[in-house]
Amino acid sequence: MSDISKSIPKSDSAGKIAGETIYIGDMVLDDMLHAMTLRSVHAKARIKSIRLPEMPEGYFIVDHRDIPGDNCVNIIFDDMPVFADGKVNYIGEPILLAAGPKRKKVKEIIDSIEVEYEPSEPVFGYSKSVVHHEFEKGDAASVFCKAERIIKGSYSTGYQEHIYMEPQGVIGLYEDNKTTVIGSMQCPYYIKNAVVRTLGTGQENVRVIQAATGGAFGGKEEFPSLMGCQAAVAANKTGKPIKLIYERTEDIETTTKRHPSRIDFEAAAGEDGSIEALRVRVFLDSGAYIGLSGVVLQRAMIAASGVYTISNLSVSGDVYETNTVPNGAFRGFGAPQMFFAIEMFIHHFAIETGQDPLALRKRHLASMGDPTSTGGTFRDPIIMGDMIQKAIDMSGYDEKIAEYSKPGDHRGIGMSWVLHGCGFTGSGEQKHIKAVVRLRKEKDDMVTILAANTEMGQGAMTTLRKIAAGVLGIPIEKVIYNNPDTDLVPDSGPTVASRTVMIVGGLIARAARQLKEKWVPGKEILVEERYRQPDYIEWDEDKLRGDAYPAYSWGVNVVEVEVSPVTYEVDLKGIWAVYDIGKAIDERIIIGQAEGGLSQGISYGMTEVMECREGRIQQRNMTDYIIPTAGDCIPMEIVIMDNPYPLGPYGAKGAGELPLVGGAPAVALAIENAIGKRIDRIPATPEYIMELMENG
Amino acid sequence: MAEIRFILNGAETVVNEDPTMRLLDVLRDLMGLTGAKEGCGEGECGACSVLVDHDIVNSCIMPLGNAAGRDIMTIEEFSKTERYNVISRAYEDAGAVQCGFCIPGMIIATESLLNKNPHPSEIEIRDGLSGNLCRCTGYNMIVKAIQLAAERGDGLW
Repeated sequence: MSDISKSIPKSDSAGKIAGETIYIGDMVLDDMLHAMTLRSVHAKARIKSIRLPEMPEGYFIVDHRDIPGDNCVNIIFDDMPVFADGKVNYIGEPILLAAGPKRKKVKEIIDSIEVEYEPSEPVFGYSKSVVHHEFEKGDAASVFCKAERIIKGSYSTGYQEHIYMEPQGVIGLYEDNKTTVIGSMQCPYYIKNAVVRTLGTGQENVRVIQAATGGAFGGKEEFPSLMGCQAAVAANKTGKPIKLIYERTEDIETTTKRHPSRIDFEAAAGEDGSIEALRVRVFLDSGAYIGLSGVVLQRAMIAASGVYTISNLSVSGDVYETNTVPNGAFRGFGAPQMFFAIEMFIHHFAIETGQDPLALRKRHLASMGDPTSTGGTFRDPIIMGDMIQKAIDMSGYDEKIAEYSKPGDHRGIGMSWVLHGCGFTGSGEQKHIKAVVRLRKEKDDMVTILAANTEMGQGAMTTLRKIAAGVLGIPIEKVIYNNPDTDLVPDSGPTVASRTVMIVGGLIARAARQLKEKWVPGKEILVEERYRQPDYIEWDEDKLRGDAYPAYSWGVNVVEVEVSPVTYEVDLKGIWAVYDIGKAIDERIIIGQAEGGLSQGISYGMTEVMECREGRIQQRNMTDYIIPTAGDCIPMEIVIMDNPYPLGPYGAKGAGELPLVGGAPAVALAIENAIGKRIDRIPATPEYIMELMENG
Repeated sequence: MAEIRFILNGAETVVNEDPTMRLLDVLRDLMGLTGAKEGCGEGECGACSVLVDHDIVNSCIMPLGNAAGRDIMTIEEFSKTERYNVISRAYEDAGAVQCGFCIPGMIIATESLLNKNPHPSEIEIRDGLSGNLCRCTGYNMIVKAIQLAAERGDGLW
């Protein structure tokens, strides 16, 4: 293989095109029962009684009383029950499952169950803090004391729903004292650990197998643990395979979403116009259970100064519990909210202090060796200067912004600069994940990668095989990567946090080097590698001090729009992006990630409206919740830089989340340029633009 | 219950079922043809697309009764054709496939489009795909795949 980046056909495409790939909904097992969920209709209530109909032969009810172990879904923060026990905290909270051979009959049973509730006052909005973090860099307080001019800004972001095309689904099985969960998922070992705890059983009694996964985007990170536990409990109770597949409305109404947020800034302007100190306050709505919201908050906070070096920084943030559907992981994990806010704010700061935004941004742009927001160090070369110039040249940014800023012009152009920390925050990889991968060579010299990371469309299967084959110097056809099965593969960690190629791929490359040294044709060989954190990384998990990430990927995004002066509808006119992800393992896969991610980010910024009123999600289906069609999207020009990261396989860093992060601020800045009004919330819909135009 | 007759993947087929049953359920649950997927169940996403009299239809909102006397082709049958070979190669070469859940529907949409318009413009392609949602790709590689298929399959449609 001459250059690793040269694209090859994806391992999993042919079966998917032919409709032969089996997703969880396509699986039919003997004697299988269909399950459906009875859900709370109140945002907060005590359950006084549940009256069940007479159950026909072969139909079952499964609820909290059937849980042998902990009635708690093992996520980072242990507050979500598997089944409600006496109280409910959001509309849609699962109370019990009904299961039986005929779906229609199961639905009738669910509809005829009578639940008597005693409702109480639900909590909404940013009032009940359940997690608080803060950190300081430099001495913001004394700068603010002396500051002559303080500029403020407040930004808010809405929900975003994943709309993976395949709704959530699992099958639970119980055979010979062993419980198996098969399903659509990102993290087989998360589900395994959750099921072990809920069943109160040993590791050896639970097996989790990934089925082909029809998109995830973070939505299948922690959520499937809930369904996996429920299906496992039901399978253990009934002794039959339990299929639990959500319909789209159920999926939209009751699964996790991107956290709505509010982010407030105060900046002390120096005499020379620079930002001398920045104070940032983050508000995140977790919904009814905290789950992993505290970690989402941390990632948002760590991104508080964006790609800029600001010497004095004071950041605080809270997760607020509300009686609404729990929010969770979504591609970007707190960063999209913060990058929208900081990119808008630095622009608004420049305009209010009478400066050219681009000049101010360039002045603060981080360089290699600068301290990060948390007092770590940007250790690797930062090539943003080149990238920005490339994006400006490609898009004609300088000429366009001058022209479009003239009064009466309805066109606009916006540019966002982003970074994304690769892998888990801080010492997460070392302390919590402890990834292990193995390579097994058979007598026929075929090599199987044994790792728990999942293909969900992002190309993991092809990319990881390519790394192994490349290092071993064998054809890619000699390397096998199967959907993970926890009985067969070690825990290489979850498929999240832009870690799969950089961290797991890095371990595979190391394992491949080891195997290459030991290689004897015709002999079975097994090699193993474990994650070791680079020695220089130091992180204080409590104080949020030190190197939050081992490496950063960088991006520049430019979006051009035209806003109708009559309907305020926004048409995309041009999209350009330049990304530094170290090294592309497969260029076409990376372009696919870039186009898909940026498209999600742009529609997060302008299109995707989801509201919750009195605890009820208002957009319940794909007619109400709009994602872009082929007609809404336009061609993109994307450049992938070559800036190898010494510790990544072939120099690769993370790539999955980065392109999403900058979409919203780029399009919001473009709309702002087009309409000449300040935008401080997303999505910037025609209704919001009208409000700005008509109310000043 | 009613006896409904139609042609399914080239074969005369009789189904004795509730005529309001969704065609998608007939295909997936009764016939075991799982290439058509359920993405939304309300005719928005196109993952359940099949060809009815060689025109694209969302099988999740077509009642079985409406299938009477029609010619229905699913991805399972279409994948045996020369046209499919050209389209599938083009999808692979363009990198148009990510999670794959929308793809059988996209292939059906591609066939339906090219059958009517063998040399579509980019705008016509985007129009032709507008009933099929994809959340992974941003569509550009799918558009590229269809352009490739139209070019390579010149004369097939």
